[in-house]
Amino acid sequence: MDATANHPEREHPGKETPREEVETVTIRFCGDSGDGMQLTGTEFTKSTAIAGNDLATFPDYPAEIRAPAGTLPGVSGFQIHFSSRDIYTPGDAPDVLVAMNPAALKTNLPDLVAGGVLIVNKDAFSDVNLQKAGYGQNPLDDESLARKYRFFKVDISGLTERALAGSGLTSKEVALCKNMFALGLMFWMYGRPMEATIAGIRRKFAKKPQIAEANVKVIHAGFNYGETAEMFAHKYEVKPARLPPGRYRNVTGNQATALGLAAAAQKAGVRLFLGSYPITPASDILHELSYLKNYGVTTFQAEDEIAGIGSAIGAAYGGALAVTTTSGPGMALKTEAMGLAIMLELPLVIIDVQRGGPSTGLPTKTEQADLLQAVYGRNSEAPLPVIAASSPADCFGAAYEAFRIAVQYMTPVILLTDGYLGNGSEPWLIPNVEKLRPIEVKYRRDPEGFQPYARDPKTLARPWVIPGTPGLEHRIGGLEKDFTTGSVSYDPQNHERMVRIRAEKVAGIAKGLAPTEVFGKPEGDLLVVGWGGTYGALHQAAEQLQAKGNRVSHLHLRYLNPLPPDVGDILRRFRHVLVAELNLGQLAKILRATYLVDAASYNKIQGKPFKIAEIVNRCREILEPDGARA
Amino acid sequence: MSANPLPVTPPLTKKDFQSDQDVRWCPGCGDYVILAQVQRVLPELGIPRENIVVISGIGCSSRFPYYMNTYGMHSIHGRAPAIATGLKVARPELSVWVATGDGDGLSIGGNHTIHVLRRNVDMKILLFNNRIYGLTKGQYSPTSQVGMKSKSSPYGSLDAPFDPLRLALGAGGTFVARAVDAEPAHLTEVLRRAAHHKGTAFIEIYQNCVVFNDGAFDYMTEKAAREETRLVLTHGKPLVFGKAKDKGIRLNPKLEPEVFQIGREGDLSQCLVHDETSETLAWILAHLQPPKFPTPVGVFRAVSAPTYDAGVHEQEEEVRGKKGAGDLAKLLGSGETWTVS
Ligand SMILES: Cc1ncc(C[n+]2csc(CCOP(=O)(O)OP(=O)(O)O)c2C)c(N)n1
Ligand code: SF4
Ligand SMILES: [Mg+2]
Repeated sequence: MDATANHPEREHPGKETPREEVETVTIRFCGDSGDGMQLTGTEFTKSTAIAGNDLATFPDYPAEIRAPAGTLPGVSGFQIHFSSRDIYTPGDAPDVLVAMNPAALKTNLPDLVAGGVLIVNKDAFSDVNLQKAGYGQNPLDDESLARKYRFFKVDISGLTERALAGSGLTSKEVALCKNMFALGLMFWMYGRPMEATIAGIRRKFAKKPQIAEANVKVIHAGFNYGETAEMFAHKYEVKPARLPPGRYRNVTGNQATALGLAAAAQKAGVRLFLGSYPITPASDILHELSYLKNYGVTTFQAEDEIAGIGSAIGAAYGGALAVTTTSGPGMALKTEAMGLAIMLELPLVIIDVQRGGPSTGLPTKTEQADLLQAVYGRNSEAPLPVIAASSPADCFGAAYEAFRIAVQYMTPVILLTDGYLGNGSEPWLIPNVEKLRPIEVKYRRDPEGFQPYARDPKTLARPWVIPGTPGLEHRIGGLEKDFTTGSVSYDPQNHERMVRIRAEKVAGIAKGLAPTEVFGKPEGDLLVVGWGGTYGALHQAAEQLQAKGNRVSHLHLRYLNPLPPDVGDILRRFRHVLVAELNLGQLAKILRATYLVDAASYNKIQGKPFKIAEIVNRCREILEPDGARA
Repeated sequence: MSANPLPVTPPLTKKDFQSDQDVRWCPGCGDYVILAQVQRVLPELGIPRENIVVISGIGCSSRFPYYMNTYGMHSIHGRAPAIATGLKVARPELSVWVATGDGDGLSIGGNHTIHVLRRNVDMKILLFNNRIYGLTKGQYSPTSQVGMKSKSSPYGSLDAPFDPLRLALGAGGTFVARAVDAEPAHLTEVLRRAAHHKGTAFIEIYQNCVVFNDGAFDYMTEKAAREETRLVLTHGKPLVFGKAKDKGIRLNPKLEPEVFQIGREGDLSQCLVHDETSETLAWILAHLQPPKFPTPVGVFRAVSAPTYDAGVHEQEEEVRGKKGAGDLAKLLGSGETWTVS
């Protein structure tokens, strides 16, 4: 955004505020967790999507549902990055910060870009609130704010109260509307359409029309305030992005995951069964799927994570496409049952929406530190395929792909997403149902020559035989099986043979993978390697470096186990390899062990995604070790 | 998914339910009796063999599915009720049986046991209670008596045991029963009743582990003693026991059960009459413990209640009725959408 603007409070008497065109904007709404910032952000996102921009969002909220009001831990934020070109991340730093109270200002101001727009609800800066935020004196009196930022003190609470004078609402109900004032003001500033939001509010409060109309009124008040207060020197225009043609909607990663699972079951023509125990940030997948009863979707809220996966194993045995969803601590609990699923060789999808750990860790923050757990974290030789989604919308395809592999190879599959993907959102080109890759479910029905563990010579998959099939009655279980008959066997040679064939089956999945795509030249000075939710930041960092003439490429791995067969060659064609991950170097460890390459690590473990600039800077240090850059 | 059309075949026999695997329990183990009685009852039910599934956890008792010529799964320690729940919900037409032990179902898997009972998922749970961990060679279990000397309690166990039936009743069990391996005919009767119950049928079966806890139930199984030490429950019949049928159970003025001598201390009309539908009575019966009281065997409680699995499918139908069958293209394109041309 234009940082050389004039002093904000310059007057435009009698003139319409000019509309300035900008390419890309990042706005962060922040306030107390009771201030409705997530809703404000979601509504702004909706209208931005309708305005046709490419966008990415990142909600950031505290672990406590309602930390003490006004305190620093109680601050909740929602960031949206939108643009007239294609973008991949929710933005490194906000250009616009809307702070609803002192605590929000204190925790978020350091992120605001120099020259950015700062809007505060000045009514919230009472002595009590200042004290709760740990401010010795009122920061709004600090003259330097107006020098550093385009700074607007707006009496949001007071204006909201005035707009609702005589509405008959209680003062508490009135206070709850103030986020709508901020939303209206932002709608004005960025010329967003408001109809969808207003219609949505009327729908949501259909039974309380008084509340609905109050909210609508306050949105208009905020909008009109922008128009008439003559306080804002600019309003902005972000032209629609040139996205590939088609019909779009906005999805969060968790929504896309749920849709991908439902789509796989519909395409396969069988029931989807989800066994799950609530855990942040994975619960939304359970919530989404629990609405889809008329799609042959069964959701079972189990008594714990073990029952979540246990019930899914039972459903898979019965012939359903079965899935269990969780986050790190729940993954740990499911471990033993995953081993059972590996022994039973039943199709099953296990989704880990990763969060900060270990233990309870940072439950509402993102991290990528469950990779080694996913690939190796079971007793004995227990291989299973692991794949990862790279963006909120990509969760759809990744979930779909997880089922395709599970069914084709008769194996449990782990899909890794993370809190950033799960809660973040972006526009999604709605796929054509006809064009989704088919998922072929074939239950064995023929008793002729039946052996429960006889394998398909190509995939090494055993047949899927479901109870209810006459003549195929047999027993399966966690004890080692005879290679041929599938009966219990304690034979030492047979055990080694079975361990090897299970490993071979999973390794063989690599043969069916399409060639790995590299963003940039196939060889060069530096290959930035990543997996999962860091895709956007790494991609854009590589793009920026390439634009400056650097020989930098980006490799993003969807298939983490088995690794695609061409990865070793790709790594060796670069002078330097940098593996960037939100952990202490887990993929780097796997790549070094697998390919004996001197891969360096770039790590961040702060519960936050990478910023593009962080990646760019680290790459520059590698490319110009002597600090030759300006 | 629908069931396969039932083939027209001659009635099944006990033999049809015996698998080709050698049974590997210790000679004399009570598990043999239980296996034989289940194999005897199943053919009577008229359920095609392929529609019967036995799921177990881990333990001596959990080897059960291997010996049954039905579908079966020997799963992991304690988790059979969870796996069985997923199967039953996905395939309500199947007849689902769980074989578990006092360690499997009450210790490591206690959580799943109470929740399956609470939900009333339609399955039969056979809990083989030998008051010991058999497979791991003789540690005390959650049903072992205080003071029991075992491999892991050489000076006597300090753990207070709990009673599986009180647990099952507390969790809302709709069919709660007890039987003993030493009385196969009675066991068969209870199994038959359980097989016809819609909902979770929970049967605790006292089972003698000849190796690690031999004789644990002798006090109520030995022919000479049992008329005095166990009480056979029959719906609608007074709670009478004793060789001469001369002892009854009644409530005293403090509403506590007591044994009384029929004739000498009161007449038969004071005797409690068994009613399988009375939760209060089931609760009282579950509190009758030796040596003061005889141990009741039979069906403590049998009531009909909606099952979870049926509920799942009814709700699905209801939603389908309201919203119509799901259309994938519509689902993917739901919410606010916009078109880029
Ligand atoms: C996760 C796990 N923990 C421990 C064990 C070891 N183990 C196997 S069976 C068993 C106890 C079985 O006791 P019970 O359920 O009473 O069965 P029984 O052998 O007496 O029939 C234990 C502790 C195991 N297999 N898995
Ligand atoms: S150890 Fe006990 S319970 Fe296990 S098979 Fe032997 S006798 Fe039966
Ligand atoms: Mg036992």
